[in-house]
Amino acid sequence: MSKIHVTTSVNGDPTEFLCDADETLLDALRDRLGMTGSKEGCGTGDCGACSVTVDGRLVCSCLMLGAEAEGREIGTIEGMAKGDQLHPLQRKFIEHAALQCGICTPGLLVAAKSLLENNPDPTEEETRYWLAGNLCRCTGYDKIIRAVLDAAQEMREAS
Amino acid sequence: MQYLAPTTVDEAVSLLAGASGDCRILAGGTDLLVRMRSDMADPDTVVDLKRIDALKQITPEDGGWRVGAAVSGAEMGEHEGLVADWPGVVEATNLIGSTQVQGRCTMAGNLCNASPAADSVPAMVAAGAVARVVGPNGTRVVPVEEIPTAPGRTSLEKGELIDAIILPERGVRSSDAYLRFIPRTEMDIAVVGCAVSLSLDEDGTCTAARVSLGAVAPTVLLVPAAAEALIGTKMNDAALDALAAACSAAAKPIDDKRGTVDFRVHVAGVLAKRAAVIARKRAGGAA
Amino acid sequence: MALDDKQLYQTREFKVVGTRVKRPDGIDKVTGKARFGADMSAPGMLIARVLRSPHAHARIKSIDTSAAEALPGVHAVLTRADFDEITDDDFTADILDNCMAGEKALYDGHAVAAVAANSPSVAKAALKLIKVDYEVLPHVTDVDAAMAADAPVLHEGRANETVPAGMSPNVLSRYEFGHGDIEAGLAKADRVIERTYRTEATHQGYIEPHACLASMGADGQADLWCCTQGHYMVRNTCAAIMGMEQGQLRVTASEIGGGFGGKTTVFLEPVALALSKKTSRPVKMVMSRSEVLRATGPTASSSIDVRIGMTKDGQITAAFAELRYQGGAYPGSPVEFGSMSAFAPYDLENVKTVGWDVVTNRPKQAAYRAPGAPMAAYAVESAVDELAKGFGLDPLAVRLENAAREGTRASYGPTFPAIGLEATLRAAKDHPHWSAPLGENQGRGVACGFWFNFGGDTCVSLNITPDGTVTVSEGNPDIGGSRASMSMMAAEELGIPYEQVRTIVADTGSLGQNEVTDGSRVTFAVGLATIEAARAAKREMCKRAAQVWGIDEDAVEWEDGAARPAGPNAGKHPPMTIKEIAAIASNTGGPIAGHHEANPEGAGVSFATHMVDTEVDPDTGAVKILRYTVFQDAGKAVHPDYVEGQFQGGAVQGIGWALNEEYIYGDDGVLQNAGFLDYRIPVASDLPMIDTVILEIPNPGHPYGVRGVGETSIVPPLAAVANAVSEAAGVRLTQLPMSPPKVLKAVQGL
Repeated sequence: MSKIHVTTSVNGDPTEFLCDADETLLDALRDRLGMTGSKEGCGTGDCGACSVTVDGRLVCSCLMLGAEAEGREIGTIEGMAKGDQLHPLQRKFIEHAALQCGICTPGLLVAAKSLLENNPDPTEEETRYWLAGNLCRCTGYDKIIRAVLDAAQEMREAS
Repeated sequence: MQYLAPTTVDEAVSLLAGASGDCRILAGGTDLLVRMRSDMADPDTVVDLKRIDALKQITPEDGGWRVGAAVSGAEMGEHEGLVADWPGVVEATNLIGSTQVQGRCTMAGNLCNASPAADSVPAMVAAGAVARVVGPNGTRVVPVEEIPTAPGRTSLEKGELIDAIILPERGVRSSDAYLRFIPRTEMDIAVVGCAVSLSLDEDGTCTAARVSLGAVAPTVLLVPAAAEALIGTKMNDAALDALAAACSAAAKPIDDKRGTVDFRVHVAGVLAKRAAVIARKRAGGAA
Repeated sequence: MALDDKQLYQTREFKVVGTRVKRPDGIDKVTGKARFGADMSAPGMLIARVLRSPHAHARIKSIDTSAAEALPGVHAVLTRADFDEITDDDFTADILDNCMAGEKALYDGHAVAAVAANSPSVAKAALKLIKVDYEVLPHVTDVDAAMAADAPVLHEGRANETVPAGMSPNVLSRYEFGHGDIEAGLAKADRVIERTYRTEATHQGYIEPHACLASMGADGQADLWCCTQGHYMVRNTCAAIMGMEQGQLRVTASEIGGGFGGKTTVFLEPVALALSKKTSRPVKMVMSRSEVLRATGPTASSSIDVRIGMTKDGQITAAFAELRYQGGAYPGSPVEFGSMSAFAPYDLENVKTVGWDVVTNRPKQAAYRAPGAPMAAYAVESAVDELAKGFGLDPLAVRLENAAREGTRASYGPTFPAIGLEATLRAAKDHPHWSAPLGENQGRGVACGFWFNFGGDTCVSLNITPDGTVTVSEGNPDIGGSRASMSMMAAEELGIPYEQVRTIVADTGSLGQNEVTDGSRVTFAVGLATIEAARAAKREMCKRAAQVWGIDEDAVEWEDGAARPAGPNAGKHPPMTIKEIAAIASNTGGPIAGHHEANPEGAGVSFATHMVDTEVDPDTGAVKILRYTVFQDAGKAVHPDYVEGQFQGGAVQGIGWALNEEYIYGDDGVLQNAGFLDYRIPVASDLPMIDTVILEIPNPGHPYGVRGVGETSIVPPLAAVANAVSEAAGVRLTQLPMSPPKVLKAVQGL
């Protein structure tokens, strides 16, 4: 089985990789590019731990082939902080203790960032529905929702 | 496996027609990749439609809308004209999966996956939508309810693909709604789904209606008796009860991990009433 | 071990403990840098995959691996024949059999072979080439069906002496607890109710699938990285299965993506080690979600009979429960804990529980947060609620009337010391939630819960670095912020800022034996050992200062991060800070460290009361959680955010268990819902905020008064939600989960 050569952009970096035709973008990120921040919790689009953005659109990287990344712009958790400057959501997750084990955290952060880009002032209910595809088993979501709403407020005030 | 990404419909058709072995179309991929992952599919060839620009468009057509086969649920939800005309179809499509899945999933893919529980299909059926099928022998237009023939099976011939779903012109005082029942608030497959599309005259009498049910039979059902229960009425309680009874009578579900026969039969009627009331309100009738 | 006097709780003002500091692993976890089980890799590593039984019960007549072995890229195929049989240790033999089936496949998903190959796709292709000849046998997955005389039998001769003759060989143990005279007590009641309750098996549902990376050399030394709640347990278990000396196997715990008890045993690790031994290459294994659900430990399903008598003024006169739990294909369902905990919140003259451990053709159960207690509490708290409401009594008042308190003889034997149950009940009664109005189709439920908590083998090593900052090495994976808690307790004890302590989770080569992260033990036991290790370091630092000052070491005391002359010498020398003492350590006797090894008792039992409002849609049976408040005794809350997080997480897992989570088996004994699509754990939009009230009744067995908090929070919610739904629906529900078809059927009599 010959591999496919993919030229893409990951977090703004020009990136190339070789992958099998049936390989998911998640596997390509983790196994070909060593970017293990995106997690596999289910492999079937039910948990959101592998959330990334493709051309700015939130997707599950387990539900997309690596080959489909050709020419796209991929955004992952590894690109969320700018150097040592955490994104406000990252800071608020730490401040609010919005993570316990931390396995769902990268996917939740990527999804929450996408939410705030689409809707800078979400209600609690809008936040809960937007994030319904990101399973967390530790926290009961309470502190996660608080962290997202607090980050949204801070980002609104800063802009 | 071979991955192919044609850039024109003609190229896609010739690839599909010429492929040997198990050849699958990849639109959003949110069903196909799950099947591949679960060892329920092991295709020799995958043809990705998302590089075909024409299939990424939502275009006005004959007073209605042509929705390309690679348009995602999220893109439909962001299209004001489409949402204004067919809120039920859009809300049904937007119920598929999570926000993440919305970024990928397509209405045409939802149709061709041929699940009886597909959310967008009852809404398309109620809307009177047609699928534009392109293949080696040309183009044909097929009512969407004729595409799935059984769970996981479609009427498409080898080499054929759906390049667009066409929603008809939405008349005045007309609207639609879709409701589904799921155990949680999100992330589940419909246990029952129901779509109602209707038109009212100036005094609020229902002049036309189509009612469709999902997840209560091997394929999505169009229920003419349910529509007849509404047409000619002002959709008072008696008419809504008749609607519910017609839907429950039409439902021929199974017991499975998602629900029981009794539950589905009962809830089909409950959802029909609720969806009809929403559609009526959207059409400018009584709230 | 008797309680060491100096471990006993002393009232004190805390400076660090009780604050909400930022966790030390926070930045790694929000930036994707933290390395979890599947994030490990090694040069030259192979990928292994497992072939699993498609049958619920089948004799394995033969396995032909030749075609798989011949596939290019395949380096080894493993079956049970590659392991030595374990004849002297049933517990470990069962674990091996669960990791790789022997004569029979005992459940759908049971591992029967494994392949190590140079890529995942080759490994997957090779699995399809393995030919297993099965003789399919009759199966049983229901606990009551498995106890029937004519039930298919999993194992012959495994029942112990507690089981009366004539029962199905699937019944392996009987437990009995209690005191008093049940019949005499029931005779004094104004009403006796007798009910049967059922709960389905649920999975811990951690988001991180099991994963490991094993590397074994020709010299027999091995390294293993894995996500686990206890790498010392992994070492000991794998060494026993592999016939290795424990010291030759070093296990390093990765970050762990949730466990809740489910990662307190091994599934992949011995297989990866055996494949590494066979290939002399590092071998990585990662489970899929479907494998996690089919083949790792869910908890038990249960069938419970309850008989309780109550007077019309709310006094419980006698209470009896018979509990039947199936724990999958091997002995060890948590029915003993269920039987012990069922009536723990009550002060009862006449109480008895009988428990039965039953095997079925399901995966071997693993611990799940307060194992065995939630289903027992569900049954008991449902019955108490029905009795109280039947008499028109306030369910909180009835619980207060009968509440266990200091001096109560517990139904399972011991007499309680100071406990917090009454405090949680009073806090609940006083809370605005209790008096808030309810609307149509809405109901409010309350329930109490109990968990034992635990100590266990623990080692902590605390090192003073040359610059006077501190490192703490502990042996328990950090599953929810324990590195922060340990750093806080070390900083508190040493009188230095939290930021000057860094705690790491040490590998098995670095410390003595450590019990797994279970029994809500870590903040209690590892915390206690951390405090004791800090005290040892302080004693040494006082000694060094005394040496410098030329005074008796007893005349030096430690305060605010510095040694100070005390008694007659007070004020004669300026204090020596930890930094100053560390700087000259090399000249005063060498490096300074403290360590502590113990198996502490006195973990301190824990109680909670939960309150929940629900709304039932009478036309569809859908249940909405409107409001939820947790009242729990935490002892001293070291980090209140993490205590709240434990309360909230446990409550939500319990909500899932109550409403929609269940193992669904088909008639063929195959699991129907092996994925997060149909194994329905709560999603964000299902829930309101989960309010918490932390009660701090100090645990006398811990220097800072700490109790475990992790498990109690999942005990009350099943019953609390059931009581609320029953009130909202106007009909008592006695089966979990209360999924919409069941609720609708109850409401409409469908």
